[in-house]
Amino acid sequence: MIELSWLDLSLAAGLVLLLAGLLIHIGLDKLSLRLIIAGLRTTVQLFLIAWVLKFLFAQDHPFWVSLMALSMCLIAGYEVMSRQQRRFTGWWGFGMGSAAIFVSSFLVTLFTLLVLIQADPWYRAQYAIPLLGMVMGNTMNGISLSLDRLTQSAWQQRASLEARLMLGYGWSETIAEIRRDSVRTGLVPILNAMAAAGIITLPGMMTGQILAGSPPLEAVKYQILIMFLVAAGTGFGTLIAVSLGARHLFDQRERLCLQRLEEARH
Amino acid sequence: MTCLHVENLHYQALGPFSFELHGGECLGLSGPSGAGKSLLLRALADLDAYQGTVLLNADACHQLPPTQWRRRVGLLSAESHWWADRVGAHFHAVNDAQLASLGFEPAVLGWSIHRLSSGERQRLALLRLLANQPEVLLLDEPTANLDPHNSTVVETLIQQQRDLHGVAVLWVSHDAAQLARVAQRRLHLVNGRLEYLA
Repeated sequence: MIELSWLDLSLAAGLVLLLAGLLIHIGLDKLSLRLIIAGLRTTVQLFLIAWVLKFLFAQDHPFWVSLMALSMCLIAGYEVMSRQQRRFTGWWGFGMGSAAIFVSSFLVTLFTLLVLIQADPWYRAQYAIPLLGMVMGNTMNGISLSLDRLTQSAWQQRASLEARLMLGYGWSETIAEIRRDSVRTGLVPILNAMAAAGIITLPGMMTGQILAGSPPLEAVKYQILIMFLVAAGTGFGTLIAVSLGARHLFDQRERLCLQRLEEARH
Repeated sequence: MTCLHVENLHYQALGPFSFELHGGECLGLSGPSGAGKSLLLRALADLDAYQGTVLLNADACHQLPPTQWRRRVGLLSAESHWWADRVGAHFHAVNDAQLASLGFEPAVLGWSIHRLSSGERQRLALLRLLANQPEVLLLDEPTANLDPHNSTVVETLIQQQRDLHGVAVLWVSHDAAQLARVAQRRLHLVNGRLEYLA
């Protein structure tokens, strides 16, 4: 593998700076600032994670691996909450997304580590953390998209939802269509990614392995595995989150409880 | 005989309200906008949280499944809402005679919702509700969007429900003349107080 020098990275950063300058030139000052901040964040965050991974790989202790996994889950849960236009009030806003991410990505990743990859030991950080990261990142995306769709639709369609309740429909029947829409919304990105893989896009992980010198066939096998895991993780996570969310829009007496949603302050 | 028994009902910051509504009877409810008339109907249909006792015959509201309660105590909101494209998709069951009684042909079930005028929507919303065969009807300005002819048609249909099926009716209206026409007793809700009008 050809190693990158600091000069290489600086030259690549130069491209981003050039773009930032161009944006300022056409009056997009704020966007330019955001680009630079995003570039700095990427650099700092990725270097930090490199240190963390280096530490984790050196220790390879189940405690550190689980600590890392748990913090990833909590951060993802927070991220899901902060991406909602209308989020559930109180602990539900954070708990619903985190619980769905936790159950779905952990189970899918555990299954992969124990049954498919069978590294020795099975919790080996080199496999566990990247796999969990990829499954969790995509699951988080699906869950936040679907919950956003769920709460927005319920808010907009409150009158027709209540019309159904008034006619004696149960809560589940009342919200069924919105629930299906929300699940569909959550699954669209991974469906698109799977359909486009290899034709329109070369998936990042596979590209990385090829750059690192893996034979294309091995890289592709890993990529297919990842695609399936991500699809399963995203799908299960989205189903869990949407089910919990849809139920929580109604109280015990099957009344629509939109006061359980609050508008995000941003 | 049906009887809706309301005792010490509190909802939002309003109440306590107590009254009884008997089968075949129509109780009129008037009051200024924002007095809480619609909220009263919503509480009675168990769509909003409330404190107090609401009984339908011997059945307490909180002891029945909410879906069953709302089929027996049917609320017709001031504005009707539709969720599917076709009229027919909103009906559990409907017979041609009922459609005809409000001036519709059976083909209306195949119509697109967007073709309906606001008056047609309101009349169909009433039929949609009657398909549940409710024992109590909570009507929130049921003729607000209707012309005089159609108002009379609706009044007649409600009267039939009372006479033939012993349905109890709580009728909210701003139209004092209409309430004088349809209701035996009249309640007035103002400043958080519920009073009988002579």
